[in-house]
Amino acid sequence: MSSEIQHFKNVLEAALLTSYEPLSLDDLLRLFEERMERATLRMLLDELKTDWSSRTLELTQVASGWRFQARAEYAPFLARLNPERQQRYSRAVLETLAIIAYRQPVTRGDIEEIRGVSVNPNTIKTLQERGWIDIVGHREVPGRPSLFATTKTFLDDLNLRSLAELPPLERFPQHEIPLDL
Amino acid sequence: MLNTSSARVHGELLGELPQDLYIPPDALEVYLEAFEGPLDLLLYLIRKHNLDILDIPMADLTRQYMDYVDKMRSRNLELASDYLLMSAMLIEIKSRMLLPKPEEIEQEEDPRAELVRRLLEYETMKLAGQKIDELPQVGRDLLVAQAYYEHIPQQQLPGVSMDDLFAAWQEVLKRASHFVHHKVSREELSVREHMSMILRKLNAEPLMEFIALFDFRDGLPKLVVCFLAILELAREGLVRLTQQEAFSPIYVQAGEVM
Repeated sequence: MSSEIQHFKNVLEAALLTSYEPLSLDDLLRLFEERMERATLRMLLDELKTDWSSRTLELTQVASGWRFQARAEYAPFLARLNPERQQRYSRAVLETLAIIAYRQPVTRGDIEEIRGVSVNPNTIKTLQERGWIDIVGHREVPGRPSLFATTKTFLDDLNLRSLAELPPLERFPQHEIPLDL
Repeated sequence: MLNTSSARVHGELLGELPQDLYIPPDALEVYLEAFEGPLDLLLYLIRKHNLDILDIPMADLTRQYMDYVDKMRSRNLELASDYLLMSAMLIEIKSRMLLPKPEEIEQEEDPRAELVRRLLEYETMKLAGQKIDELPQVGRDLLVAQAYYEHIPQQQLPGVSMDDLFAAWQEVLKRASHFVHHKVSREELSVREHMSMILRKLNAEPLMEFIALFDFRDGLPKLVVCFLAILELAREGLVRLTQQEAFSPIYVQAGEVM
């Protein structure tokens, strides 16, 4: 391996280790003042990933780019340092999130139609403040309701590269709900 | 078969959770925590007890709901109205089932079908929400590495020479040709994801030329998905496609005035 390649990999490693946000290929090309082929960059990232394969951190690709993260097996230990992080969202928040993720773009009305209850403004606010959903447009009906969609941050935070990687929907056959109800 | 005043459905004694569709006003707070609304409660009853919706004594149920709405008016009118709406729907279904059907009216949809469809969609999303929660989450199950470094802001270099411009242009050409040959296959495709991306673009710029929505550096599969996303958006009435005359540019516009 030429020392030049090793040098490039070191630069990438330093940049990725010091960044909290995932770095995209475009971000990483800026490290080399764009004097590098994207294919070369991808190859270097793959090599770097392999180099770290037996370490405590792993190089992962998510929706916004690449990042180093602690391997899942260490999470229970690391969590003890910040016990207040162990929050879980309510069912209302999770169901609303699922509807936005799988049926996007949707309005509040669409969500209410599926859940059968009115949407609490705090539910939407919680997801917006987390940066997981945003407004991507408005449906041109009376009231011009906002259309919600999931963001790249949502995918990043769930360690996903695209919506296609979400768990597949479980569909229940019609006959499971007795029609002679 | 159904004892209207006690906690029996089809002679089967129910557990400690809801013994019927009624919500005793005293137990209200508890139920609000346990269920996400009338659909959730109904789903629970159907799943756990094979409840026969048609056997619910509607008159009693309605009386209790009205009483409940009355008591709730000051505290949580919105939720009370959600439950009221559900009981109205059940009553409508029951009345339509009981009415004799004239022969001439052919193929009226089973009044229960819409309720079943909503229950299934709700259950699907309820489980999807649980599954999303099970995914590893940054901050909860995943910790992102961040090493410290002393940040020295890079000095801004002034001016651009002709040589720089020329080199940059060469680079652009080189990269453009590179995109033609290099196929990127690792990206997963999703039409709904692209629908959101397109709406985001239109949010910033409400009227865009159709061509401008495509990034020609993307491979063919991605361009096709982008095209499908535009068609789907148009079908759902979320964008409008316009063209002045044949062969003139096609424009994509956010929303359609109904």
